[in-house]
Amino acid sequence: MSDTLQTASLEADFDRVIERHDRIEPRDWMPEKYRATLVRQVAQHAHSEIIGMQPEGNWITRAPSLRRKAILLAKVQDEAGHGLYLYSACETLGVTRAELTEKLIAGKQKYSSIFNYPTLSYADVGTIGWLVDGAAICNQVPLCRTSYGPYGRAMNRICKEESFHQRQGFELLLTMMSGTDAQRAMVQESVDRFWWPALMMFGPPDVESPNTAQSMAWRIKRDTNDDLRQKFVDMSVPQAQALGVTLPDAELRWNEERGHYDFTQPDWDEFMAVVKGSGPCNAQRIAHRKRALDEGAWVREAATAFARSQREDAS
Amino acid sequence: MTTGQKFSAGGGHGAIPLEGVSTGLGEPPQPEWPLYEIFVRGKRGLNHVHVGSLHAADDEMAVRHARDVYTRRNEGVSIWAVRADLIVASSPDEKDPLFDPAGDKVYRHPTFYDIPANVPHM
Repeated sequence: MSDTLQTASLEADFDRVIERHDRIEPRDWMPEKYRATLVRQVAQHAHSEIIGMQPEGNWITRAPSLRRKAILLAKVQDEAGHGLYLYSACETLGVTRAELTEKLIAGKQKYSSIFNYPTLSYADVGTIGWLVDGAAICNQVPLCRTSYGPYGRAMNRICKEESFHQRQGFELLLTMMSGTDAQRAMVQESVDRFWWPALMMFGPPDVESPNTAQSMAWRIKRDTNDDLRQKFVDMSVPQAQALGVTLPDAELRWNEERGHYDFTQPDWDEFMAVVKGSGPCNAQRIAHRKRALDEGAWVREAATAFARSQREDAS
Repeated sequence: MTTGQKFSAGGGHGAIPLEGVSTGLGEPPQPEWPLYEIFVRGKRGLNHVHVGSLHAADDEMAVRHARDVYTRRNEGVSIWAVRADLIVASSPDEKDPLFDPAGDKVYRHPTFYDIPANVPHM
Protein backbone atom coordinates (compact mmCIF):
# COMPACT_ATOMS: atom_id res chain seq x y z
CA MET A 1 0.00 0.00 0.00
CA SER A 2 1.36 3.44 -0.85
CA ASP A 3 1.98 5.95 1.94
CA THR A 4 -0.87 8.16 0.81
CA LEU A 5 -3.32 5.27 0.75
CA GLN A 6 -2.16 4.09 4.15
CA THR A 7 -2.58 7.56 5.65
CA ALA A 8 -6.08 7.82 4.18
CA SER A 9 -7.04 4.50 5.76
CA LEU A 10 -5.55 5.49 9.14
CA GLU A 11 -7.39 8.78 8.98
CA ALA A 12 -10.66 6.98 8.24
CA ASP A 13 -10.12 4.75 11.30
CA PHE A 14 -9.41 7.82 13.43
CA ASP A 15 -12.55 9.60 12.17
CA ARG A 16 -14.68 6.54 12.96
CA VAL A 17 -13.41 6.44 16.56
CA ILE A 18 -14.27 10.13 16.98
CA GLU A 19 -17.61 9.63 15.24
CA ARG A 20 -18.80 6.97 17.68
CA HIS A 21 -17.69 9.15 20.66
CA ASP A 22 -14.96 6.66 21.53
CA ARG A 23 -11.58 7.71 22.93
CA ILE A 24 -8.26 8.11 21.16
CA GLU A 25 -5.43 6.45 23.11
CA PRO A 26 -1.71 7.29 22.93
CA ARG A 27 -0.84 4.32 20.70
CA ASP A 28 -3.45 5.19 18.07
CA TRP A 29 -2.58 6.95 14.87
CA MET A 30 -3.76 10.56 14.99
CA PRO A 31 -3.52 13.50 12.61
CA GLU A 32 -0.50 15.67 13.42
CA LYS A 33 -2.75 18.70 13.85
CA TYR A 34 -4.84 16.84 16.45
CA ARG A 35 -1.63 15.99 18.33
CA ALA A 36 -0.32 19.55 18.09
CA THR A 37 -3.65 21.03 19.23
CA LEU A 38 -3.67 18.72 22.24
CA VAL A 39 -0.06 19.47 23.18
CA ARG A 40 -0.88 23.17 23.09
CA GLN A 41 -4.09 22.84 25.10
CA VAL A 42 -2.91 20.31 27.71
CA ALA A 43 0.44 22.11 28.21
CA GLN A 44 -1.36 25.42 28.72
CA HIS A 45 -3.68 23.72 31.17
CA ALA A 46 -0.77 22.17 33.11
CA HIS A 47 1.11 25.49 33.19
CA SER A 48 -2.03 27.21 34.52
CA GLU A 49 -2.22 24.80 37.45
CA ILE A 50 1.45 25.36 38.32
CA ILE A 51 1.45 29.15 37.89
CA GLY A 52 -1.93 29.21 39.67
CA MET A 53 -0.17 28.20 42.89
CA GLN A 54 1.45 31.64 43.12
CA PRO A 55 -1.46 34.08 43.66
CA GLU A 56 -2.84 32.04 46.54
CA GLY A 57 0.52 30.84 47.86
CA ASN A 58 1.07 34.55 48.51
CA TRP A 59 -1.33 34.30 51.50
CA ILE A 60 -0.22 31.03 53.15
CA THR A 61 2.04 32.70 55.72
CA ARG A 62 -0.61 35.31 56.49
CA ALA A 63 -3.75 33.16 56.69
CA PRO A 64 -5.76 34.36 59.72
CA SER A 65 -5.97 31.03 61.56
CA LEU A 66 -4.36 27.60 61.62
CA ARG A 67 -7.55 26.14 60.11
CA ARG A 68 -7.44 28.55 57.17
CA LYS A 69 -3.72 27.99 56.72
CA ALA A 70 -4.14 24.20 56.59
CA ILE A 71 -6.97 24.56 54.03
CA LEU A 72 -4.94 26.93 51.85
CA LEU A 73 -1.88 24.67 51.99
CA ALA A 74 -3.98 21.68 50.94
CA LYS A 75 -5.49 23.66 48.10
CA VAL A 76 -2.17 24.90 46.74
CA GLN A 77 -0.78 21.36 47.03
CA ASP A 78 -3.77 20.15 44.96
CA GLU A 79 -2.89 22.64 42.22
CA ALA A 80 0.62 21.16 42.08
CA GLY A 81 -0.95 17.69 41.81
CA HIS A 82 -3.26 18.84 39.00
CA GLY A 83 -0.26 20.22 37.11
CA LEU A 84 1.49 16.86 37.45
CA TYR A 85 -1.54 14.86 36.18
CA LEU A 86 -1.68 17.12 33.14
CA TYR A 87 2.05 17.07 32.40
CA SER A 88 1.81 13.26 32.48
CA ALA A 89 -1.08 13.33 30.01
CA CYS A 90 0.86 15.73 27.78
CA GLU A 91 3.92 13.47 27.85
CA THR A 92 1.89 10.68 26.21
CA LEU A 93 1.77 12.90 23.12
CA GLY A 94 5.55 12.69 22.74
CA VAL A 95 6.85 15.76 24.58
CA THR A 96 8.82 15.92 27.83
CA ARG A 97 8.06 17.92 30.94
CA ALA A 98 11.45 19.63 30.80
CA GLU A 99 10.69 20.93 27.30
CA LEU A 100 7.27 22.20 28.36
CA THR A 101 8.73 24.03 31.36
CA GLU A 102 11.39 25.52 29.12
CA LYS A 103 8.71 26.76 26.70
CA LEU A 104 6.74 28.26 29.57
CA ILE A 105 9.71 30.16 30.94
CA ALA A 106 10.69 31.35 27.45
CA GLY A 107 7.13 32.68 27.02
CA LYS A 108 6.50 30.35 24.07
CA GLN A 109 3.62 28.60 25.80
CA LYS A 110 0.85 30.31 27.71
CA TYR A 111 -1.12 29.86 30.91
CA SER A 112 -4.54 31.17 31.90
CA SER A 113 -4.61 34.98 31.87
CA ILE A 114 -6.39 35.05 35.25
CA PHE A 115 -3.16 34.30 37.13
CA ASN A 116 -1.60 37.52 35.91
CA TYR A 117 -3.81 39.46 38.31
CA PRO A 118 -2.51 40.14 41.84
CA THR A 119 -4.05 38.94 45.12
CA LEU A 120 -4.23 42.20 47.05
CA SER A 121 -6.27 41.09 50.07
CA TYR A 122 -6.95 37.87 51.93
CA ALA A 123 -10.54 37.99 50.61
CA ASP A 124 -9.02 37.22 47.19
CA VAL A 125 -8.33 33.68 48.42
CA GLY A 126 -12.09 33.23 48.84
CA THR A 127 -12.96 34.97 45.57
CA ILE A 128 -10.49 32.84 43.62
CA GLY A 129 -12.03 29.70 45.11
CA TRP A 130 -15.57 30.84 44.35
CA LEU A 131 -15.28 32.59 40.96
CA VAL A 132 -11.99 31.42 39.43
CA ASP A 133 -12.34 27.78 40.45
CA GLY A 134 -16.06 28.00 39.67
CA ALA A 135 -15.22 29.12 36.12
CA ALA A 136 -12.57 26.39 35.91
CA ILE A 137 -15.18 23.79 36.87
CA CYS A 138 -17.51 25.00 34.08
CA ASN A 139 -14.62 24.57 31.64
CA GLN A 140 -13.36 21.29 33.02
CA VAL A 141 -16.46 19.16 33.61
CA PRO A 142 -17.16 18.81 29.85
CA LEU A 143 -13.47 18.02 29.29
CA CYS A 144 -13.86 14.77 31.28
CA ARG A 145 -15.52 13.51 28.05
CA THR A 146 -12.84 14.88 25.74
CA SER A 147 -11.81 12.55 22.90
CA TYR A 148 -8.20 12.06 24.08
CA GLY A 149 -8.20 9.36 26.78
CA PRO A 150 -5.28 10.49 28.98
CA TYR A 151 -6.56 14.09 29.05
CA GLY A 152 -10.07 12.96 30.00
CA ARG A 153 -8.74 10.75 32.80
CA ALA A 154 -6.64 13.60 34.19
CA MET A 155 -9.70 15.87 34.07
CA ASN A 156 -11.75 13.31 35.98
CA ARG A 157 -9.32 13.32 38.88
CA ILE A 158 -9.06 17.12 38.80
CA CYS A 159 -12.82 17.71 38.79
CA LYS A 160 -13.29 15.50 41.85
CA GLU A 161 -10.83 17.68 43.78
CA GLU A 162 -11.90 21.02 42.35
CA SER A 163 -15.22 20.96 44.18
CA PHE A 164 -13.39 21.30 47.51
CA HIS A 165 -11.64 24.38 46.11
CA GLN A 166 -14.83 26.14 45.19
CA ARG A 167 -16.64 25.29 48.41
CA GLN A 168 -13.79 26.40 50.70
CA GLY A 169 -13.69 29.72 48.84
CA PHE A 170 -17.41 30.29 49.10
CA GLU A 171 -17.42 29.37 52.80
CA LEU A 172 -14.51 31.75 53.43
CA LEU A 173 -16.43 34.63 51.80
CA LEU A 174 -19.63 33.68 53.65
CA THR A 175 -17.73 33.85 56.96
CA MET A 176 -16.35 37.30 56.08
CA MET A 177 -19.81 38.51 55.00
CA SER A 178 -21.15 37.69 58.45
CA GLY A 179 -18.33 39.73 60.04
CA THR A 180 -17.79 43.49 60.23
CA ASP A 181 -18.64 46.19 57.66
CA ALA A 182 -14.93 46.42 56.84
CA GLN A 183 -14.81 42.68 56.10
CA ARG A 184 -17.92 42.89 53.89
CA ALA A 185 -16.34 45.80 52.01
CA MET A 186 -13.20 43.73 51.51
CA VAL A 187 -15.23 40.92 49.93
CA GLN A 188 -17.11 43.32 47.63
CA GLU A 189 -13.89 45.00 46.53
CA SER A 190 -12.35 41.63 45.76
CA VAL A 191 -15.40 40.45 43.74
CA ASP A 192 -15.34 43.75 41.81
CA ARG A 193 -11.75 43.05 40.74
CA PHE A 194 -12.13 39.38 39.86
CA TRP A 195 -15.51 39.30 38.08
CA TRP A 196 -14.25 40.53 34.70
CA PRO A 197 -11.04 38.49 34.59
CA ALA A 198 -13.15 35.43 35.56
CA LEU A 199 -15.42 36.03 32.53
CA MET A 200 -12.31 36.24 30.33
CA MET A 201 -11.26 32.73 31.45
CA PHE A 202 -13.55 31.19 28.82
CA GLY A 203 -11.60 32.79 26.00
CA PRO A 204 -12.62 35.22 23.25
CA PRO A 205 -16.19 35.26 21.86
CA ASP A 206 -16.98 32.39 19.45
CA VAL A 207 -16.90 34.65 16.39
CA GLU A 208 -13.26 35.49 17.16
CA SER A 209 -12.16 32.04 18.28
CA PRO A 210 -10.74 30.32 15.18
CA ASN A 211 -9.65 27.17 17.05
CA THR A 212 -13.04 26.28 18.47
CA ALA A 213 -14.69 24.72 15.37
CA GLN A 214 -11.90 22.23 14.62
CA SER A 215 -11.48 21.36 18.32
CA MET A 216 -15.20 20.69 18.59
CA ALA A 217 -15.20 18.53 15.46
CA TRP A 218 -12.43 16.44 17.02
CA ARG A 219 -14.35 16.45 20.31
CA ILE A 220 -11.28 17.80 22.14
CA LYS A 221 -13.48 20.66 23.26
CA ARG A 222 -17.13 19.91 24.02
CA ASP A 223 -18.77 23.37 24.38
CA THR A 224 -18.09 26.78 22.86
CA ASN A 225 -16.52 29.65 24.81
CA ASP A 226 -19.74 31.68 24.79
CA ASP A 227 -21.92 28.76 25.94
CA LEU A 228 -19.62 28.08 28.88
CA ARG A 229 -19.44 31.77 29.81
CA GLN A 230 -23.26 32.00 29.81
CA LYS A 231 -23.47 28.91 31.99
CA PHE A 232 -21.01 30.45 34.44
CA VAL A 233 -22.95 33.73 34.65
CA ASP A 234 -26.27 31.90 35.19
CA MET A 235 -24.66 29.84 37.93
CA SER A 236 -22.96 32.77 39.67
CA VAL A 237 -25.89 35.18 40.00
CA PRO A 238 -27.85 33.20 42.62
CA GLN A 239 -24.61 32.40 44.43
CA ALA A 240 -23.80 36.12 44.64
CA GLN A 241 -27.29 36.75 46.04
CA ALA A 242 -26.81 34.06 48.70
CA LEU A 243 -23.50 35.68 49.60
CA GLY A 244 -24.93 39.21 49.65
CA VAL A 245 -22.46 40.72 47.18
CA THR A 246 -23.19 42.71 44.04
CA LEU A 247 -21.68 41.59 40.73
CA PRO A 248 -20.19 44.74 39.14
CA ASP A 249 -22.34 44.76 35.98
CA ALA A 250 -25.21 47.26 35.73
CA GLU A 251 -26.58 45.42 32.67
CA LEU A 252 -26.82 42.07 34.43
CA ARG A 253 -30.49 40.99 34.35
CA TRP A 254 -32.67 37.95 33.70
CA ASN A 255 -33.87 37.60 30.12
CA GLU A 256 -37.16 35.71 30.19
CA GLU A 257 -37.15 35.07 26.46
CA ARG A 258 -33.67 33.53 26.35
CA GLY A 259 -33.97 31.83 29.72
CA HIS A 260 -30.55 33.23 30.61
CA TYR A 261 -29.01 36.29 32.25
CA ASP A 262 -27.95 39.12 29.93
CA PHE A 263 -24.53 40.49 30.86
CA THR A 264 -21.80 42.86 29.66
CA GLN A 265 -18.81 41.36 27.85
CA PRO A 266 -15.46 41.87 29.58
CA ASP A 267 -12.89 44.23 28.06
CA TRP A 268 -11.36 42.05 25.32
CA ASP A 269 -8.60 44.58 24.64
CA GLU A 270 -7.45 44.12 28.22
CA PHE A 271 -7.60 40.34 27.73
CA MET A 272 -5.43 40.50 24.61
CA ALA A 273 -2.93 42.78 26.37
CA VAL A 274 -2.67 40.37 29.33
CA VAL A 275 -2.26 37.34 27.04
CA LYS A 276 0.49 39.18 25.15
CA GLY A 277 2.37 39.78 28.42
CA SER A 278 1.30 43.21 29.67
CA GLY A 279 -0.81 42.05 32.61
CA PRO A 280 -0.03 43.32 36.09
CA CYS A 281 1.91 40.18 37.13
CA ASN A 282 3.13 38.40 33.96
CA ALA A 283 6.83 39.11 34.50
CA GLN A 284 6.65 38.35 38.22
CA ARG A 285 4.94 34.97 37.68
CA ILE A 286 7.49 33.74 35.15
CA ALA A 287 10.44 35.09 37.17
CA HIS A 288 9.16 33.22 40.23
CA ARG A 289 8.70 29.98 38.26
CA LYS A 290 12.23 30.29 36.91
CA ARG A 291 13.64 30.97 40.38
CA ALA A 292 11.89 27.89 41.79
CA LEU A 293 13.29 25.77 38.95
CA ASP A 294 16.84 27.14 39.35
CA GLU A 295 16.87 26.93 43.13
CA GLY A 296 15.55 23.36 43.06
CA ALA A 297 18.23 22.18 40.62
CA TRP A 298 20.65 21.04 43.35
CA VAL A 299 17.91 18.92 44.97
CA ARG A 300 17.22 17.12 41.68
CA GLU A 301 20.94 16.67 41.05
CA ALA A 302 21.50 15.28 44.56
CA ALA A 303 18.60 12.82 44.15
CA THR A 304 20.00 11.67 40.80
CA ALA A 305 23.50 11.24 42.29
CA PHE A 306 22.08 9.32 45.28
CA ALA A 307 20.10 7.00 42.99
CA ARG A 308 23.22 6.36 40.92
CA SER A 309 25.37 5.56 43.98
CA GLN A 310 22.68 3.20 45.32
CA ARG A 311 22.64 1.35 41.99
CA GLU A 312 26.45 1.12 41.94
CA ASP A 313 26.53 -0.20 45.53
CA ALA A 314 23.97 -2.84 44.63
CA SER A 315 25.85 -4.12 41.59
CA MET B 1 1.43 -6.59 13.43
CA THR B 2 3.92 -3.77 13.99
CA THR B 3 4.20 -0.54 12.05
CA GLY B 4 7.99 -0.42 12.32
CA GLN B 5 7.72 2.70 14.47
CA LYS B 6 9.46 2.90 17.87
CA PHE B 7 7.20 3.01 20.89
CA SER B 8 7.67 3.36 24.61
CA ALA B 9 5.14 2.37 27.30
CA GLY B 10 5.18 5.92 28.56
CA GLY B 11 2.97 8.45 30.23
CA GLY B 12 0.68 6.21 32.17
CA HIS B 13 -1.67 5.34 29.37
CA GLY B 14 0.06 2.80 27.17
CA ALA B 15 2.91 3.05 24.70
CA ILE B 16 3.67 6.32 22.97
CA PRO B 17 5.52 6.83 19.70
CA LEU B 18 9.15 7.90 20.05
CA GLU B 19 9.57 9.17 16.52
CA GLY B 20 7.61 10.84 13.79
CA VAL B 21 5.93 13.11 16.32
CA SER B 22 5.87 16.65 15.10
CA THR B 23 5.17 18.93 18.00
CA GLY B 24 7.18 21.87 16.73
CA LEU B 25 9.34 21.37 19.80
CA GLY B 26 12.38 19.77 18.20
CA GLU B 27 14.08 16.55 19.23
CA PRO B 28 12.95 15.70 22.77
CA PRO B 29 15.86 15.31 25.21
CA GLN B 30 15.92 12.17 27.34
CA PRO B 31 14.10 12.87 30.58
CA GLU B 32 16.51 12.97 33.51
CA TRP B 33 14.52 10.66 35.74
CA PRO B 34 12.84 7.44 34.58
CA LEU B 35 9.08 7.19 34.25
CA TYR B 36 7.11 5.02 36.68
CA GLU B 37 3.55 3.76 36.26
CA ILE B 38 1.58 3.92 39.50
CA PHE B 39 -1.02 1.40 40.67
CA VAL B 40 -3.12 1.90 43.81
CA ARG B 41 -5.18 -0.59 45.82
CA GLY B 42 -8.21 1.43 46.91
CA LYS B 43 -9.08 -0.82 49.83
CA ARG B 44 -8.55 -4.38 50.99
CA GLY B 45 -10.30 -6.84 48.68
CA LEU B 46 -9.74 -4.80 45.49
CA ASN B 47 -7.10 -5.09 42.77
CA HIS B 48 -4.38 -2.53 42.35
CA VAL B 49 -5.60 -0.21 39.60
CA HIS B 50 -3.51 1.97 37.32
CA VAL B 51 -3.92 5.63 38.34
CA GLY B 52 -1.23 7.47 36.38
CA SER B 53 2.48 8.00 36.13
CA LEU B 54 5.33 10.10 37.47
CA HIS B 55 9.08 10.59 37.21
CA ALA B 56 11.41 9.70 40.08
CA ALA B 57 15.16 9.26 40.60
CA ASP B 58 14.76 5.81 42.15
CA ASP B 59 12.18 3.24 43.29
CA GLU B 60 11.82 4.59 46.82
CA MET B 61 11.23 8.14 45.60
CA ALA B 62 8.65 6.82 43.14
CA VAL B 63 6.57 5.41 46.00
CA ARG B 64 6.92 8.60 48.08
CA HIS B 65 5.93 10.80 45.14
CA ALA B 66 3.04 8.46 44.32
CA ARG B 67 1.74 8.92 47.86
CA ASP B 68 1.80 12.72 47.48
CA VAL B 69 0.44 12.85 43.93
CA TYR B 70 -2.17 10.07 43.93
CA THR B 71 -3.31 9.47 47.54
CA ARG B 72 -3.87 12.88 49.12
CA ARG B 73 -7.40 11.87 50.18
CA ASN B 74 -7.06 8.30 51.46
CA GLU B 75 -7.48 6.87 47.97
CA GLY B 76 -5.37 3.83 48.76
CA VAL B 77 -3.99 1.29 51.21
CA SER B 78 -1.16 0.08 48.97
CA ILE B 79 0.93 1.46 46.08
CA TRP B 80 2.83 -0.30 43.31
CA ALA B 81 5.37 1.70 41.32
CA VAL B 82 6.64 0.00 38.14
CA ARG B 83 9.33 1.30 35.80
CA ALA B 84 7.45 2.08 32.57
CA ASP B 85 10.24 0.71 30.38
CA LEU B 86 9.85 -2.71 32.06
CA ILE B 87 6.21 -3.04 31.00
CA VAL B 88 5.60 -5.31 28.02
CA ALA B 89 2.72 -4.02 25.89
CA SER B 90 0.72 -6.14 23.43
CA SER B 91 1.33 -4.01 20.34
CA PRO B 92 1.09 -0.43 19.16
CA ASP B 93 -2.21 -1.06 17.42
CA GLU B 94 -5.24 -1.29 19.71
CA LYS B 95 -7.32 -3.28 17.22
CA ASP B 96 -4.65 -5.83 16.68
CA PRO B 97 -5.12 -9.32 15.13
CA LEU B 98 -3.87 -10.59 18.53
CA PHE B 99 -7.43 -10.21 19.76
CA ASP B 100 -9.15 -11.58 16.65
CA PRO B 101 -9.34 -15.22 17.81
CA ALA B 102 -11.78 -14.20 20.57
CA GLY B 103 -14.01 -12.36 18.12
CA ASP B 104 -15.93 -15.31 16.63
CA LYS B 105 -16.27 -17.45 19.78
CA VAL B 106 -19.68 -16.31 20.95
CA TYR B 107 -20.22 -19.76 22.52
CA ARG B 108 -17.89 -18.65 25.33
CA HIS B 109 -20.64 -16.38 26.66
CA PRO B 110 -23.57 -17.66 28.77
CA THR B 111 -26.06 -15.74 26.64
CA PHE B 112 -25.22 -18.00 23.64
CA TYR B 113 -27.37 -20.80 25.11
CA ASP B 114 -31.20 -20.91 24.99
CA ILE B 115 -32.62 -22.27 28.22
CA PRO B 116 -36.40 -22.56 28.75
CA ALA B 117 -37.70 -19.77 30.97
CA ASN B 118 -39.22 -22.19 33.48
CA VAL B 119 -35.85 -23.77 34.42
CA PRO B 120 -34.91 -22.24 37.80
CA HIS B 121 -31.51 -21.04 39.09
CA MET B 122 -29.74 -20.93 35.73
